[in-house]
Amino acid sequence: MSVSSNLNFYIDPSRCIGCQACVQACSECETHKGHSMIHLEFIDRPHTTQTVPVVCMHCDSPTCAEVCPADAIKRSPDGVVQSARKPRCIACSNCVLACPFGVPKMMSDFELMMKCDMCYDRSSVGLKPMCASVCPSQALFFGTREELELSRPQSAPIDRFKFGNQTITTKVKMMAPRRAVPEHLDVTAAMEVHAPARTVRLEVLNGAG
Amino acid sequence: MPNQSLRVLTPDGRPPEEQPRWRQDFPIDTADDNYVARRDFTKFMVLISASFVAGQGWIALKTLTARKNGNGEGSARAIAKVGELAVGQTAVFTYPGEHDTCLLVRSAENEFLAYGNKCSHLSCAVIPDVKAGKLNCPCHHGVFDLATGRPLAGPPRRPLSRVLLEVRDGTVYATGVEERTV
Repeated sequence: MSVSSNLNFYIDPSRCIGCQACVQACSECETHKGHSMIHLEFIDRPHTTQTVPVVCMHCDSPTCAEVCPADAIKRSPDGVVQSARKPRCIACSNCVLACPFGVPKMMSDFELMMKCDMCYDRSSVGLKPMCASVCPSQALFFGTREELELSRPQSAPIDRFKFGNQTITTKVKMMAPRRAVPEHLDVTAAMEVHAPARTVRLEVLNGAG
Repeated sequence: MPNQSLRVLTPDGRPPEEQPRWRQDFPIDTADDNYVARRDFTKFMVLISASFVAGQGWIALKTLTARKNGNGEGSARAIAKVGELAVGQTAVFTYPGEHDTCLLVRSAENEFLAYGNKCSHLSCAVIPDVKAGKLNCPCHHGVFDLATGRPLAGPPRRPLSRVLLEVRDGTVYATGVEERTV
């Protein structure tokens, strides 16, 4: 059993409405039942209600596995980086600190790192992961590229992310506007950039004052 | 269906041949992690076999020294008065050490039998059934012959150790333990 190579996971943060359905659905997944592994993050909470769902991006060169001193994190042949193996994990939290996307969760109660494994029990038999099956705005989409292109002509997927000097190619793809698809997304540089809308609003206020 | 396009990637981007040795020992992909080299397997087999041989040697040595030191005749110890046990009655005693529990059975007017009560299968305590002439082990339904201590049924293959007895002046003495293998 493995995830079919023509099925892919696509995230479109601009579609996220912050409804928490994915968070609830995630905890129903059989591979980590009762524990939600998805992160639903607010981008800039004082200024916007925009949220972004973060699932494991299943990197080509998984940093979590690179830094694991116990050799506990393994990637299956279909490119899915699996949760830490219980007999090996020593709960050192190295992966939690190392993951550029902040995906792994340290479950101190079990002394075990747990992370999103793309609902391997479901996706490996052709079903959608729990979060993608419930997302009402399809910010989390699991399916073929053809389906995606048909339903979203305005956007195109990217799978390269830059963190400082490290460029990561991921199995999970993120949607970007089709008219300006970047070669990669420079995440660390983007953290320094302030939202242009905020600057405009401040100028308007200053002018009014 | 494995993803054919999956490449072996490393953070520095250099090819696998230029990677340090430890990267081969701690691969990230499941298939590489499960792979066992023929040489490693042979090493493992040789080491395990060697440890088995050493273990056998250790057991042989232990048996030899035990036979020299304590098997057969030991110090005599009074364990019961003849009058204490009616025919068909049993008593528990320890001999020769305080953790070596044994069973004393008065099987006839002038016949006493004594066995170590640890079943030769997995050392459960055997329970005497004097009327049936048997010793039963409750753990896995092993049955021993009361007259000889030899196994009759169930998993045990070896007889119980026999405690040598001597009756002098109305007292039963244990004088030694006979460890038997057949």
